[in-house]
Order: sequence, then C-alpha cells, then structure tokens
Amino acid sequence: MGQISLNQVTKSFGDVQVIPPLDLDINEGEFVVFVGPSGCGKSTLLRLIAGLEDTTSGVIKIDDTDATALPPAKRGLAMVFQSYALYPHMSVRKNIAFPLRMAGMDQAAQDAKINAAATALNLTDYLDRRPGQLSGGQRQRVAIGRAIVREPSAFLFDEPLSNLDAALRVGMRLEISELHKKLETTMIYVTHDQVEAMTMADKIVVLQAGVIEQVGSPLELYHKPRNKFVAGFIGSPKMNLIEGAEAEKHGAATIGIRPEHMTVSKSEGTWKGVVGVAEHLGSDTFIHVHETGLMDTMTLRITGDIEARHGDTIFLSPEMDKLHRFDAQGLRLV
Amino acid sequence: MARAISKRRTVIVTILAWTIGLLIFFPILWTVITSFKTEAEAIADPPSLFWFNWTLENYNVVNARSNYPLHFMNSVIISLGSTLIGLAIAVPAAWSMAFVPSKQTKNILMWMLSTKMLPSVGVLIPIYLISRNLGLLDSRIALVVILTLINLPIIVWMLYTYFKEIPIDILEAARMDGASLKSEILYILTPMALPGIASTMLLNIILAWNEAFWTLNLTAAKAAPLTAFIASYSSPEGLFYAKLSAASTMAIAPILIMGWFSQKQLVRGLTFGAVK
Repeated sequence: MGQISLNQVTKSFGDVQVIPPLDLDINEGEFVVFVGPSGCGKSTLLRLIAGLEDTTSGVIKIDDTDATALPPAKRGLAMVFQSYALYPHMSVRKNIAFPLRMAGMDQAAQDAKINAAATALNLTDYLDRRPGQLSGGQRQRVAIGRAIVREPSAFLFDEPLSNLDAALRVGMRLEISELHKKLETTMIYVTHDQVEAMTMADKIVVLQAGVIEQVGSPLELYHKPRNKFVAGFIGSPKMNLIEGAEAEKHGAATIGIRPEHMTVSKSEGTWKGVVGVAEHLGSDTFIHVHETGLMDTMTLRITGDIEARHGDTIFLSPEMDKLHRFDAQGLRLV
Repeated sequence: MARAISKRRTVIVTILAWTIGLLIFFPILWTVITSFKTEAEAIADPPSLFWFNWTLENYNVVNARSNYPLHFMNSVIISLGSTLIGLAIAVPAAWSMAFVPSKQTKNILMWMLSTKMLPSVGVLIPIYLISRNLGLLDSRIALVVILTLINLPIIVWMLYTYFKEIPIDILEAARMDGASLKSEILYILTPMALPGIASTMLLNIILAWNEAFWTLNLTAAKAAPLTAFIASYSSPEGLFYAKLSAASTMAIAPILIMGWFSQKQLVRGLTFGAVK
C-alpha cells in the first residue's frame, strides 16, 4: 500500500504549461519531500496526486491502479493543508470524525479511532473545543489527526509547518518524522524549506519550473548534486559557485565549494579576501568574504568562534576532494 | 482642537442621521396613526397628529369586510415558498460560480443582474397569457414560481458573495476526507455560510412579501396576498384613508416585527465581508 507512480504527467493552466512531462516513482513507506523555490510547481504536483487538480495528460497510478480520473475521495489519500483547513463550525472531535462519518463507519468504531488518534497527538483535553479556540500547533495536530484516522495509503502534506513559529516548527517536524517511523505509511511532503527537506526525507525531489532537477537521498543531493541548481539550492549557507579563470584551472566552467569545506588562515592560503560581516552563532561562525576576485561575496562556515573583524584580510583554502565541478550547461562533471 | 472638531462632527452626523431616519419612518408612522382616526379626521385640514378621538372602528370594518387570515396565509406561503425554492436553486448555482468558475461566470452573473433592469410590465402580457393558458391565474403556485424567478438573481448574487469568502482549502479538505458534492455543500459549505444564507433568506422574504406588481396583476380573490388586500381599499369611488391605513398597518405589521427581531442578522449579513 502506498506506491505512487507518475508517468509522463503534464499540467497546463490555459496556454501555460506548469508541469512539462514528468515521471516519478514513490515507493511504499517512503518519506518523499518535494522541494524547490516558490512557483516551481511542487504544490501543483501534490494537488495532481491528490486529485484536487486534473492532469492535462499522463497517468497517475496509486498501488498499481490507474487513479488519473478518480476524484480525491476515491484515491485513499489524506492531505494536511498549510492553512490547516479545519472545519470551523465543528468541534475537534467532529473534525477528526468527519472522514469516518463520510465513510459510513458506525459510532463505536468512530469513537475508538478518534480516542486513539487524540491520545497519540495529545489532543484528548481539546476534543470538545472548536478550532478557533486552539493554538496553531494544536490546529495542525488536529489536521494530522483527521488524516490519520482514515488510515490512508499515503499522506500528503502541503507546507504544513509554514504558518507556525520557528520553535514550534522544529517540534512539529520531529513529531511528523516520528509519526512516519511509527505508521510506516508513504508520506509526500511539500516544502520550500530545504532544512525541513534534509532532516525529514528518505528521498528528496528537487523541482524547478515544473522540472525534476534531481531525485535522491538528502546526503546524495548534498554530496553529489547533479547540477548547479541543486548544488546552490541544497545546503545552508549556500554553496559558493565560482566561474571564470579559477574554474578553468580545474577543467570546469563552474566550480562549487560549500562554506563548510574551506579552511581559513590569517597568513596563507589559496584565495585571499577581506572580511565583510561575521555572523557568530556560537557553535558556528559564518564569515562573508569580499574582494576575492572570484565572486561578489564568498561565504565561509567555521566550527566554533573565530576572531574576524570587518576589514581583516584572510586566506581561504578549499578542501580539494570536496570541490564540485560543473560544465558549461551546469551539469556535474565526474 | 482636533477633539472639539470631532465632537461637533459627531453631533452634526447624529442629528443628520436621526433626521433622515425620521423622514423615512414618517410615512409609516402617519399610516399607523391615521388607521386610528375616523374617516373625517383622516382628511381633516390641518391634520392632527395625536389629538383626535382614537378609535378601532377601521380595524373592525376591515376585519368584517375582508378575509384577513386568508390574505395573510397567502403572503406567508408565497414569500416563504419562493424563498425556499429560490435558495434550493441558488445554493448550488452560487457554489459553482464561486468555487469552479469558468471564463463566463462573471458574464452570467452580470446577465442575471441585468434581468432586474427590465421593467416588470415589459413581460406582463406574456406571463399573464402563460399563466392563463396553464390555468394558473389567481393561484399561489404561479406567484411562487414567478417571485422565485424574479428574486433568484439577487439570491444567487448574495450567496455568491458570501461563498467567495469561504476558503477553498476547507472544501478541498472535505473532498479529501471522502465527502461527495452533496455532503460538501450540506455539511461544510452551508453551515459555514449560514449567517449569509440567513440574511439572504430574510431579505428575500421581505422582498417577496412587499412585491405588488405581480401579486396585483395575477390574482383576484383566492390567491391574493396582503398587497392585494391593501389595494382593495384604495377604491376609485371614494376616499377611505382611515380604512386604507388600517389595512396597510395590518399588512406591514408581521414583516415589520420580523424585520425588527432579525435586524442584527440582516445588518450583519448585508455587510458581511465588507470589513475584514
């Protein structure tokens, strides 16, 4: 249960094609994250799988059954929305019960499921409240509860944490990951936040303008980005991409080095630059270096604290085995 | 200084509002007062506002001469019937226009509204003939159907505006939860839009209750509602202002009382979505 495959799926709105022909296989029990910048088509792709949008062409299979023309209700999937999309006129209990009621389940079975979900999500004390009386985190848990009770073959999450504050987001991120470990159900999760993608996913799908740029595990994407876009998108702070003469020395059109893969010295090194801003996080220091002659601003990440003042001259040395090389088309050179 | 100006402004605006309110209300007040006068006092010059011999004579005469309960029931059936049927048609129509709009939705809405710009008398003859040929003259059914059709554009427009305020995510969540179209409208959309639906319903009842053109032209005795009951007292052979006023008071009293009790709902519904 929970195997989803997309075969040559396209989507157009009027004359504008937002998803060019796309193939994707999602295996049973996988936690797949669609990540990409705003407007890259990741939410549209999720809505196509959900059945909330019709495909323009192509085939969507869920558990080997052609689901392309099935309405959302018949696909056996559950979705958690960014806005929570709770029914404001119903209590928490009725919200969670709604899919069961629609399935015609008897009251006793409904109650058992609601109680189990409420216990698992710490909602027992709130069952008789209305969504308007709950905090953002609690509302999101209700939305998850409503999805769980259906026992869907896959869960779809559409940027579920973007309305929460930073601290709550980290907590909910862990809760969703733990839920996945417990239920072992396929989950598809859409986010623009690459930290969420890296920490939660078994498999990340990086999208740009409706095109899949790369599919792989978080570490695969980090260590072996297929092209410049993925290299720049995955990792925080971003990878430094250097073009021109310096890249040609390495036989490439562009070379990339992650901020954490450089060493710094005050006296010697490969590249010379001037310290702009140093951001001290305690555990790490991010140094923005100017006047390297390679690119506008290079970012450097150093473990621990380092004495670096605005205007100081420093030397950077890349770890050569961690250098990424890309050709003129932006594709990775092996 | 600014405070003084704003206070003076408040006083002026309040006086202005009361003046306009009293001007609008005065004809109704005058009608009610006249209904308690004798016919002679009703046409006296100068008229007397309160200092006359208050009498219930007119009400007794009107009750004896007309079958008020029949007209009252006709009004109730016609206004409630046309409103309920109108809502049953308008809810799905407004749903589709609000949530699955096509390129033509705006045009259809404008076209529906444009039918309200046509003077009713323009279609009097065809509708009269159709009603006659179907044997529906002086029947409640004909009036229910006609008033439903006449007020439908307004109901659809109002509901459309309310539905547009409901986030589509919630309806999509219901679809994901296995709700059919019927369940989605019945269990999610309708309860969420209830304040809007209620005010639409109230407004439509008032419109239908007060509708006079079709009710006067298509009824005689059996199906005549309260509008026709009032009209029967404005006879060409004489001036019966006091009795006419008594009949009017009896006709407008029920809807006035209903409007009074539901004014909060009405105002809320009519301004719904105007202020976020």
